[in-house]
Amino acid sequence: MSKSVDVSDACTGCGMCISICPFGVITIVTGKAQIGDACRVCGACEPVCPVKAITIKKSEVPQVFADWRGILVYAEQREGRVHPVAYELLGKGRELAATLGEPVYAVIIGTNLTSAAEELVKRGADKVLVYDHLFLATYRDDPYAQILSEATNELKPSIILIGATSIGRSLGPRVAAKLKTGLTADCTGLDIDPQTRLLLQTRPAYGGNIMATIYTQNSRPQMATVRYKVMTEALADPTKRGEIIKKQVDPNRLQDRIRVLGFEAAKEQVSIVDADIVVSGGKGLGEPKGFELIKQLADALGGAVGASRPTVDEGWIEYRHQVGLSGRTVRPKLYLACGISGAVQHQAGMKTSDVIIAINKDKEAPICRISTLAAVGDLYEVVPRLIEKIKEQKVRGTTSN
Amino acid sequence: MSAGLKIVICIKQVPETTEVEFDKETGRLKREGVAAVINPFDEFAIETGLRLKEKYGGKVMAISMGPPMAEQALRDAIAMGCDEGWLVSDRVFGGADTWATSLTLAKSIQLTGTHDIVICGLKTTDGDTGQTGPEMAEHLGEPCISYVSQVLDVKDGKVTLKRNLDDGVETLEARFPLIITVSKDVGQPRLATLRGRLAAKKATIKTITNKEMRMNPKELGLDGSYTRVTKIFTPEPHAGGEVIEGTPDQLADAIYQKLREAKIV
Repeated sequence: MSKSVDVSDACTGCGMCISICPFGVITIVTGKAQIGDACRVCGACEPVCPVKAITIKKSEVPQVFADWRGILVYAEQREGRVHPVAYELLGKGRELAATLGEPVYAVIIGTNLTSAAEELVKRGADKVLVYDHLFLATYRDDPYAQILSEATNELKPSIILIGATSIGRSLGPRVAAKLKTGLTADCTGLDIDPQTRLLLQTRPAYGGNIMATIYTQNSRPQMATVRYKVMTEALADPTKRGEIIKKQVDPNRLQDRIRVLGFEAAKEQVSIVDADIVVSGGKGLGEPKGFELIKQLADALGGAVGASRPTVDEGWIEYRHQVGLSGRTVRPKLYLACGISGAVQHQAGMKTSDVIIAINKDKEAPICRISTLAAVGDLYEVVPRLIEKIKEQKVRGTTSN
Repeated sequence: MSAGLKIVICIKQVPETTEVEFDKETGRLKREGVAAVINPFDEFAIETGLRLKEKYGGKVMAISMGPPMAEQALRDAIAMGCDEGWLVSDRVFGGADTWATSLTLAKSIQLTGTHDIVICGLKTTDGDTGQTGPEMAEHLGEPCISYVSQVLDVKDGKVTLKRNLDDGVETLEARFPLIITVSKDVGQPRLATLRGRLAAKKATIKTITNKEMRMNPKELGLDGSYTRVTKIFTPEPHAGGEVIEGTPDQLADAIYQKLREAKIV
């Protein structure tokens, strides 16, 4: 039985709570609701009880963390270049900071970071801690986690935001465990609760079928890794002023148990994550060769090729093209879905695109409901004509010049 | 190293998620008839462990934290070829977030003896966090390498392996003991064999409760969790627009017009 949800004797066993429980953990045992161990204390049952028999035991009095102030953005970099997710975090960070009336910090670790640090100021950091040393040239969990933990103890921010990249998702848990605080993975929404001033962290779970809002109450900082291409990037403001502090790095006192022997860069042309236009194919293509047509359309539009999970699972196209919850999240100006039904998992990876166009035989397909324009038809008939039109326009465009 | 490797695999029992649907009217997950299975990502962890054992010798132990019914997941792991199953189960463990889960698992793994390598799946299909493995490494005081795509070699108490980063593939070397989380690139998980199934039937699953762990209940389960779920809801769909039908020419025209409107062509 759940320790945190109490059912009093007033319970009539009406079962209202059973139908609202998102986790299905409530059963009626001898005429009284019983809350199972799998209860997540989401509180959904409390207000629906007609006889007010359910009380959620609030955990101890919320502590006050007055000396923890500010939003710390971890600025991931590779070879001195800041990962764009850091600018998105600064964009969101500035927004949260304005609500809270707190400063925005950035921490950057690596080597040759002078221009990167200046850019972080222009993008909204009030103070940047720079850990610049040859020893830190490549990312390793140990020294990076140690430095970020120490920077946190020095700055005492109320919130830490880390990009949910492969590196961020290795670093974040390490740091959270060191600092003994909560960490919410892969957030797609961040807000401040006006009453409690807590960070409300929203993220998908159960394969994108549900969204959960999570907060960290009795520890600081409140930590989140945040999905790339979800928040809006902070633009550079050349007039923005901020403090850049170069920190001493002493490799002798940094733990370092993993050796990097080599790195082989991916050889893709345009990554789907960075493309402004993504043309995707799904099972509606019918065969692997269908991706040739998708590629032609993508080329005509100057975009990248995306794919739904089933086509990748079938081996029609490589994993790096996969869009969706178990693939990449994209946020292009145009997402053109050909023969993709648009399962919720796929939508989780593309629904924030500016314009969504679908070509699908089935007008009941979920993708049609979320598309700016859904064309009901055979993609093999529509796409070639569309490519023709685009090419015609290009020819006209060049001759008229 | 003559005794081979001691390999621990962390697994979780999850609902077969592709079947999980969200009922918009009652606002809850439809669970009727949804089978509980080993988290699909964890099968790749099991496969990695079994291949290590085949190549270098040793013992593969599966461990799972969950309700008593999670015992079945451990039996399934034995059917695939694991030597032992350990169930970490106690009411005070319930409602744990990744912090409390990783701490409980770390303490349990210590109770089972020493190890060379702990292998976890990339993430689970229900929680989708992927952070229990790395957090557990910190509790164990060991290094962690996540997103491992290939184990290259084990020699002189060291392992070399490849892992996926967003912009390429890294080759790394680390000394045992360590934690890794593996991606699907490590190789297709094997199916259970008949011999495995028989072994699974006969196997005794060892249970660890807080009696053995002797932890302060305040550090466990929901009480030991720093995060709280405050709201659960269905994701908002992208605002829909028009659905059009017509001849292929008309459709191509309409799409082309839309592209012009959006200043894409």
